[in-house]
Amino acid sequence: MTHAAEEWVFAYDRTWESLLTAVFDAYALRRFPVAFIGEGEVAPLFVSVHRVVPDEEKAGRVFRTLQRKLSAGALTCLTSSLYAELPELDMPLFRYVCKAVKSARSIETNFADPDVLFVTNTYRNVRRERLRMMQFVRFQKTADGTYFSMIEPDYDVLPLIVPHFSDRFSEERWLIFDRRRRYGYYYADRRPVRVTFDDSAAIFRLPDGRLGEELRDADEGMYQELWRTYFKAICIKERLNPRKHRKDLPVRYWKYLTEKQR
Amino acid sequence: MKEDTLRKLKILAESAKYDVSCSSSGTVRRGTKGGVGNTVGGVGICHSFAEDGRCISLLKVMLTNYCIYDCAYCINRRGNDIPRATLSVSELVELTMEFYKRNYIEGLFLSSGVVRNPDYTMERLVRVAKDLRTVHRFNGYIHLKSIPGASRELVNEAGLYADRMSVNIEIPNESSLKLLAPEKDHASVYRPMGYIQQGALESAEERKKHRHAPRFVPAGQSTQMIVGATGESDRDILSLSSALYGRPTMRRVYYSGYVAVNTYDPRLPALKLPPLVRENRLYQADWLMRFYQFRVEEIVDEAHPDLDLEVDPKLAWALRHPEQFPVDINRADYEMILRVPGIGVKSARLIVCSRRFGRLTGFDLKKMGCVMKRAQYFITCGELEAKGVNELHPEGVRSLLVRPKGRPKQPDGQLSFVFKEEPV
Repeated sequence: MTHAAEEWVFAYDRTWESLLTAVFDAYALRRFPVAFIGEGEVAPLFVSVHRVVPDEEKAGRVFRTLQRKLSAGALTCLTSSLYAELPELDMPLFRYVCKAVKSARSIETNFADPDVLFVTNTYRNVRRERLRMMQFVRFQKTADGTYFSMIEPDYDVLPLIVPHFSDRFSEERWLIFDRRRRYGYYYADRRPVRVTFDDSAAIFRLPDGRLGEELRDADEGMYQELWRTYFKAICIKERLNPRKHRKDLPVRYWKYLTEKQR
Repeated sequence: MKEDTLRKLKILAESAKYDVSCSSSGTVRRGTKGGVGNTVGGVGICHSFAEDGRCISLLKVMLTNYCIYDCAYCINRRGNDIPRATLSVSELVELTMEFYKRNYIEGLFLSSGVVRNPDYTMERLVRVAKDLRTVHRFNGYIHLKSIPGASRELVNEAGLYADRMSVNIEIPNESSLKLLAPEKDHASVYRPMGYIQQGALESAEERKKHRHAPRFVPAGQSTQMIVGATGESDRDILSLSSALYGRPTMRRVYYSGYVAVNTYDPRLPALKLPPLVRENRLYQADWLMRFYQFRVEEIVDEAHPDLDLEVDPKLAWALRHPEQFPVDINRADYEMILRVPGIGVKSARLIVCSRRFGRLTGFDLKKMGCVMKRAQYFITCGELEAKGVNELHPEGVRSLLVRPKGRPKQPDGQLSFVFKEEPV
């Protein structure tokens, strides 16, 4: 018994460069994948696996073609959607790039195309999560004057909010740490640096991101208390609307929110 | 300082909370070297949401809640026996800076009761803004209330520091205002509005000549009207809003459902709950005027002076005008697609972009986010003929869309199991 055609699965590391290389490989080798898997994931049975090795040269060629075919906004949409870290995004994104390369005119506004719509919606979700982080980051002032915040976003949006906070608090020192992905950005002397900590670091022993009394600035507790008081005082009891409250301020973010901590 | 500031903040936030405005939109300002903060523009950033569902973007607080006026609708009226407090300028400035650096807030919304006279009060408000901008080099958002009756010089100075200014109309009808607030009149509201408008226009003109000329209230002005405290119809309210939006620099009109704060006053209605549905409908109508290209006469007219509480104003308009439908999604103008109930600005844009590539079907519309439950009666999209508003008649569509009363909706977040009888 023979297979009519061999089926290919591409293994790649979910970076933009690898994806573009995958597109190049697909056309060069005439092998179009039926699925993508991440690095180290187990391939399904009865398929051949093609390992995509990110290659600047190949990716660059695809990218320059994309630049000709799509607007800058659409390119941002493609690159940012990857921050969602969604395995189900691989195929639509791959097909989007292929279609864009093939098409004579830009396909970016064809929202009747399921791939374009899916990638665009994923991008929107990433943008929403980014906005939420811009809203819900809560800094605590430490004894040495650094502002510290712990977050746990749904998507890997920390790199996307760093420029915002660098512009906003350009004179301060601050650290925003993504607990789930175990890295953070430390900003000092007008320069953000990506930082990671050992597994034994004290930062992993802060269950709700709250610094202990001894690590905090002397006035920190007072300002937290003031903020909680304000949060309670500003609510109009006659208009209580818990459903809307939870919709705008989802419960999963409460853990790190000063006003929701007790 | 702690106990005292805590007490004051509580009192003054509670006094300020009936002001609706909270937006931090309209200005884009990058951070500066040596300064603190920036403003992002767009829709602004809401940092938190209170349990009444309203967003907390700015530190909304009064400088003082002492007041020489006795307006019937206001919690802070002279005759009320409530705790009073005054924040000093330095206290408030420090509070704002510390909150801002912890990313609690986007900036400051500052209002005040009137003490001594309008100019004295206004001067103190301006001092807070000036301190923030010049001493602390604060680049965040500042929304200043202009005190009715304040002089032009002070308004002009305030405009240099504030992103947005506002004067509240409160009561849309002058005679009702006279009844509830005998010491106020509309002229004292419109005068500062005029100052702000003029200042902004002059600055815009100036900036055409010199790129670095100072900006004046770059995010424009807003105002607020109380709904349900007096007998105005929605038509009165919306006509006034429409006229206000016609003025340059007027960005937002807020509607505040009257919360019965002064129940003892016989001039006011004794409402158990604020008119929340009416308020919501007014906002929807406001959106129709600002983003959906509706004129106020189309939303409310002599025959329908009040908005329909059962259905939203756009659907109400569509039901009154079945002759405009069905709209062919693949051919109609953007303006007409916007008027279809269930299709918003976002989906309308997606539709207009996508239909260049091929015919759209109901399935595509659904995936793009159109609410087909409402839209299906008002559109055709080259599929099998379905029954539209003309076949079913407006009353029929209405009864299909309005949820019958008495059948409560399934409570959210509750698992439910439905067992169907399987045919054996």
